[in-house]
Amino acid sequence: MSLEDLKEKLSKVVEPGDMVPRDYEKDGCLLEIKARADQVEAVAKAAREADCFLESITAVDFTNGPQIIYQFNSCTIVSRVLVRVQLSRGESVVSIGSIYDAALWYEREVFELFGIRFDNHPDLRRLLLPEDADFYPLLKDYGKVHAFRSTEEIYGE
Amino acid sequence: MANEFLEPITEQTFYLNMGPQHPSTHGVLRLFLKLDGEYIVEADPVIGYGHRGHEKMAESHLYEQFLPNSSRMDYLAGLIFNHGYVAAIEKMAGIEVPPRAEYIRVICAELNRISSHLLWFGTYVMDLGGFTPFLYSFDDRENILDILDRVSGSRLTYSYCRFGGVARDVDDEFITATHQFVERLRSRWDDYHNLVTKNVIFIHRAKDVGVINRELALRFGCTGPILRAAGVPYDVRKAEPYSVYSELDFEIPTGTKGDALDRYLVRVQEMEQSLHIIEQALERLPDGAIKAAVPHKVRPPRGDYYFAVESARGAVGFYIVSDGTSYPYRLKARVPSYGNLQVLTEVLPGTLVADTISILGSIDIVVPEVDR
Repeated sequence: MSLEDLKEKLSKVVEPGDMVPRDYEKDGCLLEIKARADQVEAVAKAAREADCFLESITAVDFTNGPQIIYQFNSCTIVSRVLVRVQLSRGESVVSIGSIYDAALWYEREVFELFGIRFDNHPDLRRLLLPEDADFYPLLKDYGKVHAFRSTEEIYGE
Repeated sequence: MANEFLEPITEQTFYLNMGPQHPSTHGVLRLFLKLDGEYIVEADPVIGYGHRGHEKMAESHLYEQFLPNSSRMDYLAGLIFNHGYVAAIEKMAGIEVPPRAEYIRVICAELNRISSHLLWFGTYVMDLGGFTPFLYSFDDRENILDILDRVSGSRLTYSYCRFGGVARDVDDEFITATHQFVERLRSRWDDYHNLVTKNVIFIHRAKDVGVINRELALRFGCTGPILRAAGVPYDVRKAEPYSVYSELDFEIPTGTKGDALDRYLVRVQEMEQSLHIIEQALERLPDGAIKAAVPHKVRPPRGDYYFAVESARGAVGFYIVSDGTSYPYRLKARVPSYGNLQVLTEVLPGTLVADTISILGSIDIVVPEVDR
């Protein structure tokens, strides 16, 4: 499976304007996709068909709402794809646990650290934190942080 | 696998807590098992006992201040994590590293990989009931600790790398000791193979146990020796060569079936490959500076970056979002043991409780790395 193959599969599920090539030498990833919350499942399916594995799911908190970052890569040729999903505060996103089992734990982690709920997740318990934790530690209004910024300040968009 | 022997769930199923304190878990891990007699019906690894919040800590510390944290995630391959973290920042900030420093980093990282594999070798075989190989491997591992102690000043949580180079130069004694160690470990392979690899009891405990094939490994995002034992030659050192790995000649050992025995063989062969890398790097070790001139506070340009390295357990990645200041806005560490441990939810059901020890040992997890 090549990156072209993956691009072709992805172009069927997202608009071409939302696929931004990245400089691998500088950023360590080859392609960035700006997806909406309802496109996540289709993107994950396309990545799975292209024989990619799920490298990680994480999130970043911004003043204009948290952003989830999915990361896919292939074990045959480096083809790291970042899928960026901007959410508004309190918005949930659909779970991709039925496509990638690895997502089940990553989604639990993102849920407990950022408070982002994943619809259709079979078992959205806390993973790293105590079962009765009632805080979301990686939100920027929790604990000691250096700065709380908007996406515009960092990505200029 | 023993699935065909498994009776349907009856009212006789019961729950067993393996851990959080159990000699075979090598860290505070709890396996919540649903059992039907001796067979596992469901397995749920419960983690987080060692969660220290490294990612949160990063958000209020300078890039330099977070440096010692990096080697405390995976304490058995600390230098490799340390290397990954500084290399990520160097790439973001565009810092050029002198070649001598890169070679020193590779030599030390490979020594660290061998020490991690030796510890795994000893403890895995000890879990299966063989105490003697443990003493052999710890004897050899002690040599590495002494070598790394001399240059880095610590025996476990090495924070040896610095932005733009390494903390201290290596001397002739380091080079001689490393050469001696390479020779010593080579001369020990026969003992290792006679004691363990050819041991019929060991083979019975490891062969066809805990099969993780390519499909399963990719679904769970397993990397490292687990993926390679399933026959996939994926190694970050080859797939995305960092540092000076592209100049060094080495092979990626792979297995065929993906059972515990394959994982054992892959790791033992990896140690030999690491020795090969160390020899080449020692031979080519250039003269020159060991640290580039870097600003007192590193300020990477705005944006997000990802950098991956291969630790002893698989692909490690640092995803860093920078807001242009000297503090990371967000730092995420992608750790290999995460996926490698999660796969147990699928592998354990249908096996015997006694095999759990063998499967868990063959996966070689470091729990603090999963918990971060």
